[in-house]
Amino acid sequence: MNWLLDYVRPKLSVAKTEKDVPDNLWDKCPQCDAMIYGQELAKNLYVCPHCGYHLYLRPRKRLNMLFDDSEYTYLETPKVKEDPLNFKDTKDYRSKLKSAREKTKFDEAFVAAYGKMGGHGVVVGVMNFNFIGGSMGIAVGEGIVQAAEFAIKHHMPLILVTASGGARMQEGILSLMQMARTTLAVKLLKDKHLPYIVVLTNPTTGGVSASFAMLGDITIAEPDALIAFAGARVIKETIKADLPAGFQKAEYLKKHGMVDMIVDRKDLREKLICLLNLLSNTFVKGE
Amino acid sequence: MADKTIYLDFEEPIYKLESKIQELKSCCDDKLAKDFNKEISNLEKKVQQMLKETYSKLTPWQKVCVARHANRPHSIDYINALIDNFMPLAGDKSFGDDEAIIGGLGFFNGQSVMMVAQEKGNDLESRIRHGFGMAKPEGYRKAKRLMDLANHFNIPIISLIDTAGAFPGIEGEERGQAEAIASCIMEGFKLEVPYIAVVIGEGGSGGAIALAAANRILMLEHSIYSVISPEGCASILWRDGAAMKKAANALKLTAQDLYKFGVADEIIPEPCGGAHRFREETIKRAGDVIAKHLAELKKMTPQNLSKDREKKFLAMTRIAKEG
Repeated sequence: MNWLLDYVRPKLSVAKTEKDVPDNLWDKCPQCDAMIYGQELAKNLYVCPHCGYHLYLRPRKRLNMLFDDSEYTYLETPKVKEDPLNFKDTKDYRSKLKSAREKTKFDEAFVAAYGKMGGHGVVVGVMNFNFIGGSMGIAVGEGIVQAAEFAIKHHMPLILVTASGGARMQEGILSLMQMARTTLAVKLLKDKHLPYIVVLTNPTTGGVSASFAMLGDITIAEPDALIAFAGARVIKETIKADLPAGFQKAEYLKKHGMVDMIVDRKDLREKLICLLNLLSNTFVKGE
Repeated sequence: MADKTIYLDFEEPIYKLESKIQELKSCCDDKLAKDFNKEISNLEKKVQQMLKETYSKLTPWQKVCVARHANRPHSIDYINALIDNFMPLAGDKSFGDDEAIIGGLGFFNGQSVMMVAQEKGNDLESRIRHGFGMAKPEGYRKAKRLMDLANHFNIPIISLIDTAGAFPGIEGEERGQAEAIASCIMEGFKLEVPYIAVVIGEGGSGGAIALAAANRILMLEHSIYSVISPEGCASILWRDGAAMKKAANALKLTAQDLYKFGVADEIIPEPCGGAHRFREETIKRAGDVIAKHLAELKKMTPQNLSKDREKKFLAMTRIAKEG
C-alpha cells in the first residue's frame, strides 16, 4: 500500500487566516547581538543574517513556510477537560492558560494543519514554545493523537515540528500519560507504514523528547537546537562539574547518533519534499 | 529504645509509645510481669489505634515519605517472595548492564513470567550498584530487550516500578536517554502478551512510564506516581524547594488520585501502618492482586491484548464523544 496513491481528499474545511501578531521593528540576535530589521529577519525565516543563528519561528510562519503556496487548513483544536487538577501554585493555572491564549492567539501549545508539500498531501503539526513553554498537557497530547488519526484516515505522512520544555506539570499525572498516548499515536502510524518525520527545533526537552519527538522514522534537527532529556542545570548541579562544549546541542546529538541530519531552515522545505519523494517512490510488494 | 531511623517525622508519637513499650518489656522481671503485661497490651492497642488514625488520613506529602521509606519492600523482595526459580538476565546487548533495572524469567504461581523491575538498593553498597534506582539508557534498552524476548515466547510481563526518575547526567544524554525511554514505551504497545505494571513505591515521571504502558496499572495504597517530584515542582513553580508539601498537594500524585483519574486500575491495600512495617503481608497481597489480573488477561487473544492496551490509552484523558 502506498500512502501517495491512496491519498483521500479530506472533507474538513475550517480554513482560517488570522492576521499575524505584528513583527517588532527591530530584533536583537541572541547569539551575536546584532540588531536586525524586523522585515529582514522575517524574510530570512528568522535566521540571523549575520551569524546564522536560528531564532524561534512561530507556528503560523512555520506552516506558511512549509506548505505549497502557504496554503493549508487547520485541524480543529480538540476539546479536552481544562485544568483537570484545579491546579494552583503562586498563580492559578487557568489564569496562566488565559494569558497564554491572549499572548499567542492560539488555544494551546500545539496546532496541526493539512495541505500539500511538493504536491504530497501531508499533515504538519507544530508546537508553540510561546504557549507555556510549549509544554505538553492533555490538549497537546490529544492534538498529536488526532493529527496522527487524521493522517491515517487520509493516508498522509505526518511531520511534527517540536519545541517544548517537556510535560505540563500543572496537569500532573495526566500530562505524563500524554507521553504514552503520543507514543501510541506514532505506533499507529507505523502500523500503516505512513512516514513520520520529526523536526526538532530549539528547545526540545523532557517528556516531549522522551516520547514522540525521538521516535521519527527520520529525525531532522535545526542547527544549534537544544535537544535534551534532563535539563543542563540539573545535571550540572548533580555532578558539580562543567559540561562538555556544545552539550545537548543538535550537533552533539548527531555526533552521538541520535538525529539523522541537521538542516538549515532555508533548506528545510526542500529537504522534506525530497524525503517525501523518496519515501513515496517505493516498490509494490509482489509485482 | 525503638530504632528511630525507621520512623517518619509525623510518626513521632508512635515512636514514643513504641519506645516505652520496649522499655517496659526489657526491664520487666517475673514479679512485675503481670502488671506490666497489662500495661504493655494497653499501650500496644493504643499504638494500633494511632497507626490506624495516622495511616487512614495520610497527607499527599506524608504518602511521598512512606512511598520512599527505606524499609519498604523493594523489587528484589517481591521477586524473592513471589517468583520461583528466578533467572536474572543481564545487559542491553549493546552497551552494558544497568542494574537500576533488574529483570529475568521465573515462575509466578507456576506460570512463566518476565520480570522487569526497578531496584533502588537497601544500603550504600547496593544503592550504588543499582544506581539508586535511576536507570540509564542501557537500563531501558535492557528492559525493552527483555519485553521483546517475552513477547517472542508468549510469556506475560510484570513490571515493578520504584524510581525517583531516569538518571540525569552526561552519560545518559550522550547515549540517548530520551530515545531509550521513548522506545521502551513504544515496546509496551507492540506486545501481544499480558503486561501488568505495579507501582510499588515511587513512580517518578518518564523513568516510570517507560515501564508502564501496560494493560493494567496497579498501585500500592501508599505509592505515588507523578509527572515530577514535589521538590522539583516546588523549585520550578514556587521557586522555593521548601514548598514541596504544597506541590505534593497540587500534583494529585497519590494512588487514590490516580484511581479517580482512571490511570490506576486497582489499588492494592497495605496493612495498617504501611508496607515498611508489614513487608511480607504487603508482598502477599500484591501477589494476589497481580494473579487476579493475570488470570483475566490470559483469557484474551494476543491481538486483543494489544488492542486492549491501545484502547485504554486512547480513551485516557479523552472526552467521550456524544451520540
